[in-house]
Amino acid sequence: MSDLNEKIKQVIEGEPVTLFMKGTPQMVMCGNSLRALEALRRAGAPVTTVDILPDPAIRQELSAQSGWPTIPQVFVKGELIGGADIVEELEQSGDLERTLEDKLGPGYRDERDEKTVALI
Amino acid sequence: MATEQLQAMLADAFPDATELAIEDRTGTGDHFQVTVASSRFAGLSLLEQHRLVNEALAAPLADGTIHELRIKTKGTA
Repeated sequence: MSDLNEKIKQVIEGEPVTLFMKGTPQMVMCGNSLRALEALRRAGAPVTTVDILPDPAIRQELSAQSGWPTIPQVFVKGELIGGADIVEELEQSGDLERTLEDKLGPGYRDERDEKTVALI
Repeated sequence: MATEQLQAMLADAFPDATELAIEDRTGTGDHFQVTVASSRFAGLSLLEQHRLVNEALAAPLADGTIHELRIKTKGTA
């Protein structure tokens, strides 16, 4: 297993909520990444973002692991939740908050901070 | 890529679809919104439903022909 593969796995499994996106929260480079980020923010999620743009290998390894072809991708406690459409739909129905509560505990909003992790 | 091609691929994957709509969002043949209503979605999570659509369009997604894909799925009885 490559280093990158292992790093991706560590982030997905180690962070409460991971958003693989194009760009960073400070400079979002894709409308769908922004949609996912904003839905997560509305749900009060503690988001760890990973920018996939610095190296095409990040996206290749990520999609190979997740079986999900497009960006963004959202994970909660290691489990793929989906892309922008799903996260938005779940946020609107209230299911996103329920999932976050189930997986992270009812106090998940308290640790609300955004951070960015670089893989390369 | 023409919306007709997408339509044909989705029709193959979802022969029972009661709704199959494809919108070329930018008019450039690479940003699409697809809406699919099918009994194949019954009892599946949103993630699994979207996976089925992604699988149906795996080739153009993998080679970059589709730059952006927005998906709306509806389960039918």
